[in-house]
Amino acid sequence: MTCDEAEILLHALMDGELDAGHAREVEDHLAGCARCAAQLASYREMSNSVARAGLGYTAPPALRRRIEATLPEVRAPNRRAVLRGFAMGSAVSAIAATGLVAIVLRSDDKARIKSEIVSAHLRSLQAGHLTDVVSTDQHTVKPWFSGKLDVAPPVVDLTAQGFMLIGGRLDYVDAHAIGAIVYRRRLHVINLFVAQTASTEHRPARTESFQGFNIRSWSEGGLHYWAVSDLAADELAEFAEKFGSAMRSGTTG
Amino acid sequence: MPVGAAYGDADKARRFRDAALPHLDGVYTLARYLLRDPSDAEDAVQECYLRALKHFDSYRGPAMKPWLFAILRNVCRAEFARRASSPTDPIDEVTERAEQTPLWSEAQETPESEMMRDSEASTIRRLVKALEEPFRETFVLREIHNLSYREIADVAEVPVGTVMSRLARARAMLRSAWMAEQEQSK
Repeated sequence: MTCDEAEILLHALMDGELDAGHAREVEDHLAGCARCAAQLASYREMSNSVARAGLGYTAPPALRRRIEATLPEVRAPNRRAVLRGFAMGSAVSAIAATGLVAIVLRSDDKARIKSEIVSAHLRSLQAGHLTDVVSTDQHTVKPWFSGKLDVAPPVVDLTAQGFMLIGGRLDYVDAHAIGAIVYRRRLHVINLFVAQTASTEHRPARTESFQGFNIRSWSEGGLHYWAVSDLAADELAEFAEKFGSAMRSGTTG
Repeated sequence: MPVGAAYGDADKARRFRDAALPHLDGVYTLARYLLRDPSDAEDAVQECYLRALKHFDSYRGPAMKPWLFAILRNVCRAEFARRASSPTDPIDEVTERAEQTPLWSEAQETPESEMMRDSEASTIRRLVKALEEPFRETFVLREIHNLSYREIADVAEVPVGTVMSRLARARAMLRSAWMAEQEQSK
């Protein structure tokens, strides 16, 4: 392989677009050509800087409203949706009933979903967008979700633990309707997004930060959770822990 | 109108909303880079969603995001054609003028804003916007939107090989522009 060829193909190599055979050819060339290898390294570095810089824009809220206004009115919940829903029952039995029609989280989608979760959190902070149902009572919030989602997310009142339940909301992440349970700690809002996952494996909690927000995510019992807030990471971890132990002790609404 | 049809409309709107609205930020981002003007970008995005809703019945894939991007790209091309055919506002002149005395705030060449945009992110943003087409769109679709070569090829209506060579060119141009920038700031 010549340097001219390698100069183009190293881009496909770094983007993971080459089949194994061609990838090996390019790698063989790079192993013997310091100049091309240095090029690849510098392009990788630039690509990382671009990714780190976060060059995306957020659509202005007025634009979103204008577009929504052009859509025919959607009245929810209608009768059919209510019948389809699960008026009662825990999240776990609901999953069994739906036969795991699930949002499958591929690893290359994770970054995008993380940014959508943060976008949804930001949208919720705009005036009048935070809650669809306002209640500090888990027995009000939980049934409200039934019929709007395939799986009603578990709702736990954590007021006694220092995280006040203030309501619930329907949101959209990864093109799916998803439940958001809203809590407040002092002046900080926590959105807890809950989605079904294909696997029932338990995934330990981890905290990431994105655009100045902390995201604590974990999987349990076939559900994936993302808690998003501008709270400090340790307080958000505390929230997740309290939520988890309340779930395990069976005090959901 | 029969009840079923009304339900169908609402159902279609709901499906469209669920599928298309989550990509609004992405579509808006692409419009900002293609048109390099915030208010033109807003208009183009709104037009894109109108067209997408109209054709949503016949939508069978590809993935929603590249489909919206392809529509947006056509909207933007129509906008460029309109600008080009308007004698007082030809596109080349607009671009050239824009390069010298930009209309949008993030590229204003005053000492204050020079300090403001000192951060790496705004430098990269400015350099990406300075790339010529079709290299700019190829770069943005790959590096900002993480589309695969195949998806970019579908959006831009060119063969995959062309995507690869455009991307190589785009990265080479951006890298030398960036190196020149760093050289200057030393």
